[in-house]
Amino acid sequence: MTPELKARFDQITQSHPIVLFMKGNALFPQCGFSARALSLLQPHGEVFTVDVLADPEVRQGIKDYTNWPTIPQIFIRGQFIGGSDILGELAERGELADLVAGKSPA
Amino acid sequence: MLDADFIRSRILEALPGSEVEVRDTTGTGDHFEARVVSPDFAGKMMVQQHKLVYAPLQTWLQTGELHALALKTYSPEQWKKLGNR
Repeated sequence: MTPELKARFDQITQSHPIVLFMKGNALFPQCGFSARALSLLQPHGEVFTVDVLADPEVRQGIKDYTNWPTIPQIFIRGQFIGGSDILGELAERGELADLVAGKSPA
Repeated sequence: MLDADFIRSRILEALPGSEVEVRDTTGTGDHFEARVVSPDFAGKMMVQQHKLVYAPLQTWLQTGELHALALKTYSPEQWKKLGNR
C-alpha cells in the first residue's frame, strides 16, 4: 500500500472514537454484516463510517492495513477491533462499552 | 470437504494445550464453528486471538474449501468467568 493511503487510514482511525469501514453508508447499508455492525455500534456513540464501495483502493487497502480479510471493519479509539462477528461477541460479553470508554478488557 | 476433526487437529497443532470444540454447522463440510480456550490468548485482543486460530487454516480458507469458521475464543481466565453464568 502507498504511504499516502496508509497515512489516510491512520488519520481517519485516529480522529474519531468509533470508525466503521462498511459497504454502503449509515443511511443505506449495502450488506447485512455492515448493517449489523452499525446497529451494534450506534448505541455507544457517534459512528464515523467509510463506504468502501465508493473507492476500490480503500476497499482493498483497508484489508492490507489490518491484515484482516473481510469488511466491515471496526476501529475504536484508533485500535482495530475486528469484523462484525467479533463486534457481536464483544457486545454480548458486555465489553464494548468499556472499549469505547477506553478501559482495557479483563 | 473437510471435517470437524481435521479443523480441530490443525488448531491444536498451532495452539497446543488449548481446549478446542469444532462443529460442522451446515453438514456440508465447509461451514464450521469453533470454540477455543487457549492459554496463548491471555492478555490478547479478541482480533489477535482469532488471527491465531485462522493462521493454521489459511490454506483452506484461501482455496474456499473452508468457507466460514465462526469463532468464539477465550483465555482460560475469560472462560472460567463465563462458566459461572
